[in-house]
This record gives sequence, C-alpha cells and structure tokens, in this order.
Amino acid sequence: MQKNVLEERQNQVIRKEEGANLKISCDKESTAGAVSQRACVFCGSRVVLYPIADALHLVHGPIGCAVYTWDIRGALSSGPELHRLSFSTDLQERDVIFGGEKKLAAALDELIDRHKPKAAFVYSTCIVGIIGDDLEAVCKKVSEEKKIPVLPVKSEGFKGNKREGYRAACNAMFRLVGTGDTTGIPEKSINILGDFNLAGEIWMIREMYEKIGVHIVANITGDGRVEHIKRAHGASLNVVQCSGATMGLADMMKKEYGIPAIRVSYFGIEDMAESIYAVADYFKDDEMMRKARQVVKGELSIIYPKIQEYRKALSGKKAAIYVGGAFKAFSLVKAFRLLGMDVVMVGSQTGTESEYRELQEITDPGTIIVDDSNPLELSSFLQEKNVDIFVGGVKERPIAYKLGVAFCDHNHERKEALAGFIGMLNFAREVYSSVMSPVWRFMPRSEAHNED
Amino acid sequence: MKTKMPNYVSTTNACKLCKPMGATLAFRGIECSVPFLHGSQGCATYMRRYIISHFNEPMDIASSSLGEKHAIFGGGPNLKQGLKNVTEKFHPKLIGIASTCLTETIGDDLPMLLHEYREMTKGNQDAPILVPVSTPSYSGTHMEGFHAAVRAVVGALTEVSAERTNNIAIIPGFLSPEDIRHIKDISSRYNVPFTILPDISDTLDGPALLEYEKIPHGGTEIPSIKKLGSAAAAIEFGWTIDNIDSAGLLLKEKFGVPHRRLGLPIGLRETDVFFQTLQDLTGLDTPAVYENQRGRFIDSLADGHKYVFGKRAIVYGEEDLVVGLTSFLAEIGVRPVLCASGGKSGRFEHAVKSVCEGLVPEIPQIHEGMDFYEIEKLAEDLEPDILIGHSKGYHLARKRNIPIVRVGFPIHDRIGGQRILHIGYQGAQNLFDCIANALLEKKQNDSETGYSYM
Repeated sequence: MQKNVLEERQNQVIRKEEGANLKISCDKESTAGAVSQRACVFCGSRVVLYPIADALHLVHGPIGCAVYTWDIRGALSSGPELHRLSFSTDLQERDVIFGGEKKLAAALDELIDRHKPKAAFVYSTCIVGIIGDDLEAVCKKVSEEKKIPVLPVKSEGFKGNKREGYRAACNAMFRLVGTGDTTGIPEKSINILGDFNLAGEIWMIREMYEKIGVHIVANITGDGRVEHIKRAHGASLNVVQCSGATMGLADMMKKEYGIPAIRVSYFGIEDMAESIYAVADYFKDDEMMRKARQVVKGELSIIYPKIQEYRKALSGKKAAIYVGGAFKAFSLVKAFRLLGMDVVMVGSQTGTESEYRELQEITDPGTIIVDDSNPLELSSFLQEKNVDIFVGGVKERPIAYKLGVAFCDHNHERKEALAGFIGMLNFAREVYSSVMSPVWRFMPRSEAHNED
Repeated sequence: MKTKMPNYVSTTNACKLCKPMGATLAFRGIECSVPFLHGSQGCATYMRRYIISHFNEPMDIASSSLGEKHAIFGGGPNLKQGLKNVTEKFHPKLIGIASTCLTETIGDDLPMLLHEYREMTKGNQDAPILVPVSTPSYSGTHMEGFHAAVRAVVGALTEVSAERTNNIAIIPGFLSPEDIRHIKDISSRYNVPFTILPDISDTLDGPALLEYEKIPHGGTEIPSIKKLGSAAAAIEFGWTIDNIDSAGLLLKEKFGVPHRRLGLPIGLRETDVFFQTLQDLTGLDTPAVYENQRGRFIDSLADGHKYVFGKRAIVYGEEDLVVGLTSFLAEIGVRPVLCASGGKSGRFEHAVKSVCEGLVPEIPQIHEGMDFYEIEKLAEDLEPDILIGHSKGYHLARKRNIPIVRVGFPIHDRIGGQRILHIGYQGAQNLFDCIANALLEKKQNDSETGYSYM
C-alpha cells in the first residue's frame, strides 16, 4: 500500500523495475473525491478547436464554461483573432426550464451578423445534454440562413474526460473537411495536425517544412482557418503530433479520403529532426532529404553549443513531469536526458496502457509512473524524490512553489515556444532560469537541508 | 445621462463568474475545510485553475466527478464515495459541498443525500461536518455563491446561546487576503474578541513550507462560528447582498444578533463609517495608528489631487467592489463615467448613486448584467482616461491605450493579486497612489520630452 495514494488508485501508480513490465491501471473515470487534475469533455473540445481563428466559438450553457476558457491559450493567429473572445448563451433558470434552443438561435444570429465568421462551432455543456436542446437542428437551420457551416460540438462535460472531447472536436472538424476546393494543391503537400501555435510554434514548424519543399495545406489547428480545413483532404499526408487530440481526425481522413498519417513530435532535438526526416522519407525524394539534413544541421549548429552550456550546470539534477497527454511526456523525458538530468517521476492525466508501457521502457529504474494524479500524491512524490524541477501546467505550479521546488511551465498559455529546435533551447533556458535561481536557498526545504 | 443599452441575447467576455466558484472560495476561508463540488470533474478543475492563476497558491477542490451514468441515474453514489475519499485523505473538519448546474438539473437532493451519508457513517469520530449549498450556475454570479456559502456555514454550525457576549462578527465578503489581514490587524487593537467569517488571509496566501499541507492552515475557527449566535453584533460588508444570501441577517433572524450592514470600507467615508461602527460597538476611539493613516491619506490627497482631477474612469467588477471603488473615486476627484457589473442584484444602481451624492458633477452610467462587449461599446462615447477593475479589462485598456489599475479578482496577468490592499485608510492610500501614478506614467510616457519632475 503506497502512502498518500487512495486505495482505489493504488494500481494507477507504479515504480519502474528493471526488466519487468508492470501493469498500470489507466484510461478510466477519475475517482470521486481524489481532486484529479483532469478537466472534462468540453475542455478537450475547446482546446483543440480554440486556435481556429476565423471561426465563432459559442459555448451553449451557463456562464462558467465560457468564462473559464476566455483567452485561455497562447494560440497565436497571423490574422483574425475571433478565437480569443469568449461567447456564451449564458443560460438562465428560465432557459433551463423552457429549453435553450430559441436563445441559442438568437445568439448565433446576433453573433454571426456581428462578426461575419467563416464558420461557427457550438459547444454543448453538461446542462445542454440534460435539458435536451436539439443542437443539431438549431445549427442546421442557422447554417442554411447564414450560409456558413454551423457545427455542433457534442462536448457535454460529464460524458467522459478530455479524450472524448478531442473526439467530439474531430467529429465537428471532419464535417468541414471535404467541402473545399482542392485545385492547385501540389503533390508534395501535408496537413500539420496537433500543433496549436502556442507562442508561434507552428510558424517555425511550417518554415522547416517549407524549406525542404513541402507545401502545407492546413494547420490543424494552430493559426487555423476554416477555408484551409475545408480543403485539407487535398493533402497527400497528415503529419500528426500528440497522442489524442487530432489523431481521430487523421483516422477519419484516412478512412474517407485514403490520406495516410505519420505521428511526430516537435519537442526535443531528436524528435524534431525525426519529424522532418519522416516527411522527406515519406515522399521518397532525395533532394528533399538532402535539404532536410541541411536544415537539421544548420539548426543544430546554432543551438547545440548553447545547450551544452546549460547541460554543464544542470547535469545530475532531478526532474519530475506531470502533463495532460503521455505523448508529451516521452519528449520531455528525452529532453531532460539531453540536458543530463534524471527524470524521477512522470505522469499524465490521460495516458493509455501502451503509452505507459513505453514510458516504462524509456525511464530509469525507480522512476514513479502515475496516471490521473492529484496534488496530495504529486506533492508527496516531489518530497520523496527530492526533485530539483517539476514540469507541468498551471495547477501543478503552486505545488512545486509551495515546497520550494523549481518549475517549468509546459501549459497552454505559455509565452515561450518550446517546440522546434529553438524550442529545445528555450526549454533548456526555462529549466536553467528556474533551477539556478538563488531564491531556492532561502526556502525552508534548503534551510532544513543545510542544518542536517 | 443614461444610455439605453441594446438588449443583446449573447454574452461576450463576461464580467462575472459562476455561482459555485464563489462558494468554493468562501469554504476555503473556514478552518480545516475542503471545498467540494457535486458535479462533473471539469468544473472543479476549471475553477482551481482560475483561482490558482490569481492567488498562486494550491487550491484543492474535490469533485464527485460524475460521469454519464450518474447523470442519468443520479449522482448520490459518487457523492458519497467522494466524501469518503476526501475524509480519508484530507481529514477535514468540514466539507463544504456546492451543487453545480448539472446536479441541480438532474434533481439530486443534496440535503437528503448528505443525510443518508451521515446515517451511513454514524458513530465515526472523525466524520467531518457537511455543509451543503445550492449554487446552480444558471442563476446569479460567483458573489451570490460566495454569500450563500457563508450563510450556509452559519446555518449549519451556529448554535443557540442563552447569553450575549461582547464578541463582534465581521462578515467581510470576498476581499483579498491582504484586506482580511488588515481587518484582523484592526480588530486586534480593540478590547473585544472578533470573528471574521470567512477568513482567507492564510489559506490563500500562506508561507513557503517544508512539508506540504493537505489543507492550508488558517481560516475561521469552527468553535468561533458555533458561538456566533451569542455575538454582540454582526457587521456585514456589502450593499447589494440579497437578503436570502445574507449570513448577517440569518444571525439576526435566528439568534437575535444585531445586524450592521456597511459598504465595503473602501475610501475615506466608508472607512470612517466602519471605524465609527467599531466605536459604537466597543466604546473605544479609533486607535491612533489608524487616525494617523487617515491623516496621511488626506495629506496625500492634497499632494496629488491635481493629477487625478476630472479624469474619467470606468469601474467594473463585482457590484459591491464597484460601489466601494466609486465612492473612493468620487472622493478624490476622479469622475466615474461608467459603473458596470455582471451581477444583477437590483440594488447596484441605488448603492452607486448614494455614494456619488454631492461629490460628482454628474451621476455616472450605472449598468447591471454587463459584459465586456457592452462596456467596450459604451466606452467608445465615454472617452475614459483610466480603467479600474480586475485584469480582464486589460484588452479594453490596451485597445484604447489607457492605463488600467488592477484591483479585485481575478488578476491573471500580474503577480501579487492576493497582496493588494483595498480597504481601510491604508487601502485608500494604496489605491490613490496606484491611480495617481498610473495617470502620471501615462502622461510622462506620452510626452515628447520625457520630463523628470511632475
């Protein structure tokens, strides 16, 4: 029985043993009362669709769901910024009693006239699932009137976790795909799926692909545009980052349009380089591969010497990771290794069995691997392993700081690009500037340590 | 002048939060308690994230994490399992359970479910006190949720008492931890005991620690809440609190505790009233330290009045905070041109008008139930020089290239929101310095010469 872990959750926490393949329980509903760090279905849909900058994102429900997601992501746009506004039907008691369909139709009418979006996404929240508003019918009617796609996103919060939300978002986007004109799209073309252009990351990634001669049809969804998604079926290949968020869309596009997909990650040097090579490899184009090598070599020559400097300072420090999707954790484990650091704890909100198996393969013995954790567990792991830096999102940050532990923000609202080659350098700098700060020596933790 | 607002159906960039969020904040101010949301997992997580981004402190909110089958068959089993797990892991003295739109709509009867749970756990020595509060997010804002939770705590805990003590209850509403510390500081200088309910001064702004605290220390002590029925008086801040959400009125109706309703003690006059009330109740003069703060504040008004005079301000946020800030702005010669809130108490307009009386050349526009789209629309004609409110007004300030002085909650784009002092003479001093300096900075930055003296 592990201390600080609820009985129901005992098999959701393992400690890696050399050679053993331990089974971790995962992919299930959060335990009531455990203070899970997970959000809900709506959250999953909202984060995936959020960066589509010329669409109207209307949250159908009481005010909370919309207000807590206002301008929540650092997803940049090179043009329109409609996605940064928070639209809600702000359902009131009478709407709950008499139904919210009329209000929804009127709100759509008002907002579409006001903002002239290229499409509208209408998100259902918990309550909509209960009062039984027919979103499909309202959206269809408004769509006909306004001559733009109006797409229901079936994201009632209680219908599962973030993963179901990803699925609902992909379903909504898939209704756009195939409705645009694909003339003029060259053969060597891709869609970029699963990057959300936090701090301008997708612009760097696009640049790399463009340098090797690949045409990009649609960003899905970072700096995304409705018109591009409509013609995404004209691309030859889907390049998909991240485990859950947009894989569903890639799967549907494969089935419907025969477009193959490859999985990549833009975090860390190895993974970033591999993302470029994989595309060149797919098109079996020697010239493209030559350019890819050139790009990687050029980028590395800039960042590598600087990273070595950070490595000198950070080598041997202990890191803990807790992120939303396990796929991001793989890249972070490798990135810490590049800095000579030891990962002693790694966990995710929504990892799958195969992902946790892979985490076991790439981590060192003794590493704590945890699914759907909570503040009490995470704080006890940080203390047990005496970690030097914790990487996670907003909800993890105060746990680290309260205990006097350094922290690296790897959240949706970050202002530093962490993807791409330069992202690795930024990551190293972020880790360095927190770990090496003089403030930790004044924390009770170090003072207690010094007295020993 | 009163502009008629078009009646928009949709809401854009709301200037309010949802009801259960307020309840969780209030419960955080009770000693050794865990806020608990009966609903889907997302609510708790979103609110935690929102609250953490302001306070930079751990904020654990438990959830019954309802899934699809619970939404159909009822959330009772998950609620009970959640309460059991929270009890086991956190060992709380109290669990404050707020409902959500989901559980209100599926018709879960919280009091009945809790009754069943109490029966189930009968005889358990460690069983925490369970306080339910009904907070459907489709009616009211986080402020109604906050007040309703405080009232629920009094309703559940306070006991009938035969005697009347000299204890004074202060029900401050949703102020910053720094504000609450200031009230504690003030009350420590009188010769009677005070109970401040709720008290987030430590629970949402604590020191760095060697060992992680499962529940942050601090908060209003439960025995003190139990004894509130014997208090000499209850001072409750806020003109716009609905009677049915008022903990102060409950103390009066149920236990005969004299009730004193005051505005938030922001600015000179409302703070004077607060100290006068303390004097009435204790028979003691205002302690010298505060008389001195008052004197210095007034002195600073002379020093700085020119830099703020006639400047046009838009004030927005929670109704009572806006009332207090408007009162203060009127005193210092700033012209409030728009007072806006997402709340809809029906008492806002009257409260704002009464604090403006006799000090402003023209009563500002006063609007309830507003969002930032509407505020922005009105701002086009009002030509404001400065915004005063929480950080969500930043977009408007940026668009209009005017300064924003961040006060209240949330402040998501700066550090230190939990340490802002709004109340008392010291708080007025702080606000005055911030506002004057924001205007000076704007003028200096805009000047071609970049002068060195004011």
